Amino acid sequence: MKLGLVIDLDTCVGCHACAVACKQWNTSGTTGPLTDYDPYGENPSGVWFNRIRSFEVDEYPNNKTVNTPMSCMHCDDAACVTVCPTGASYKREEDGIVLVDQSKCMGCNLCAWACPYGARELDEDAGVMKKCTLCVDRIYDEALPKEERQPACVMTCPTNARFFGDFDDPNSEVSTMVRERSGYSMMPEVGYNPVNKYLPPRQRPKAPTVEKKEAASGQSLIGKWMKRQKDAFNDFGKGAR
Amino acid sequence: MHPALSVIFFTVTAGAGYGVLFLLGISRLTGLTPDASPDQVTLMGVVGLVLVTAGLLSSTFHLANPKNAWRSFVRFRTSWLSREAVFAVLFYPVCLIWLACDFFMGNTTTTNFLGLLTAFLCIVILICTGMIYASLKTIRQWHTALTPVNFVLLGLLLGALILGFMLASQGLSTATLMSVALGVVVLAALAKIVYFYWIGQPAGPTINTALGFTRATVRLLDVGNSSDTFHNKEFGYQVDKVKLIWLRTISMILMALLPLLLISGVFGEVGSSTLLLAALSAYAGVFVERWLFFAEARHVVNLYHGFQRT
Repeated sequence: MKLGLVIDLDTCVGCHACAVACKQWNTSGTTGPLTDYDPYGENPSGVWFNRIRSFEVDEYPNNKTVNTPMSCMHCDDAACVTVCPTGASYKREEDGIVLVDQSKCMGCNLCAWACPYGARELDEDAGVMKKCTLCVDRIYDEALPKEERQPACVMTCPTNARFFGDFDDPNSEVSTMVRERSGYSMMPEVGYNPVNKYLPPRQRPKAPTVEKKEAASGQSLIGKWMKRQKDAFNDFGKGAR
Repeated sequence: MHPALSVIFFTVTAGAGYGVLFLLGISRLTGLTPDASPDQVTLMGVVGLVLVTAGLLSSTFHLANPKNAWRSFVRFRTSWLSREAVFAVLFYPVCLIWLACDFFMGNTTTTNFLGLLTAFLCIVILICTGMIYASLKTIRQWHTALTPVNFVLLGLLLGALILGFMLASQGLSTATLMSVALGVVVLAALAKIVYFYWIGQPAGPTINTALGFTRATVRLLDVGNSSDTFHNKEFGYQVDKVKLIWLRTISMILMALLPLLLISGVFGEVGSSTLLLAALSAYAGVFVERWLFFAEARHVVNLYHGFQRT
């Protein structure tokens, strides 16, 4: 089994609900608490397993906001595991989940340095490294109804942009989606073979833009001259990019 | 990367100690200290060990949970940090037995063999320390063979100058050691200059490959957190460009140029005071160099925080 997530960048609206649900579940879960520093003060900060950043891709009028929720990718070649000197960081044989054994971690930060995705955060109070567990304490819990045996982030996503499943099974929902919608890995060139995949935004017709009425017809001598100036002005600096 | 003083002090000081012990370990076979008596060798060896120990103690301050430090010997097969820890602990009995042999038995085959073994371990540990950083694919400024080379050369540089000062202050001959030191200083400076050019070349992941949008411009709109995070504190450190050039110049002058001039006798005869000045200057220079090594490193996670490239 190779468990992981598929995140649909087309439907994610960047509401941070997954991050909040994750924090809520995991702070009282097996790797909890997800310590907060100065929670009611000027600069509230703390440990999160999932962070959402928003980017703008391309330039107007083709621009699009893309929200990228990022948590542990449970990489196939997880360097955070190999660099760990104490054996606290490990990848489970049976389902590929990368976990930290809190009782063995010495808080050297090397695994966080090795992670390109910012998936690991040091709990300064506990002095140990913490990270996404893929809700290992939910997905195997037989006390929960079957449809709830999913990570908290997937359960809560209001736009249905997150999916959980087995990537080893070619006919699973996640494998099918990756195949049909060209799912891809983030920063593949680092070579960690991340399991989590992202679905790119769907192609849509260009957003309608308001065409300005031409000020000069371009027919008269003055009109031609004005048009040339305008084009030169618009093209100015384009080659430098 | 955030330049943590405990790690900088550790790598510089322990590096200097390993440098001293390496040169001392091979000194009998190579004639670096031709007129040193066994008790003098032992004394200088102890100074080297003190430097190493001070560095190693400092390294534990960097750990958030030092009570688990003993577990760091477990992952010897994959982790360079584990390898460093194992060799650093293995080093103590070997080094102590060698120094005891030298003290009680003097210049014998056993002593020389143990000295050689100690010297070998010194180089191995310096390489391991360098490889901890060089093995990280996420930081292109570190992910180069020049990293362990620099750690070894700068350790030897400090070791040669400190050992030279100790020899001179006991009235012993430093001629052979100083010719070695000259070579090491020149090599270390060259390797560092090559390193600066190397990291100056654009390479590695960009914000486009980080997000998978490689056919258009990408810019950060919202980082998602309102105050500092672990990532900001650990990876977000940036040095001002002008300050960077000044610090590079200062470190090169202090660690290479000034010691080179001092030990080549430009400022008069090379005595213990000259060598003390050279050693102190080099220590300060390497300290700045190590600070820069961290401060200049740009972790790829910064791409998700708005950097266009690393």
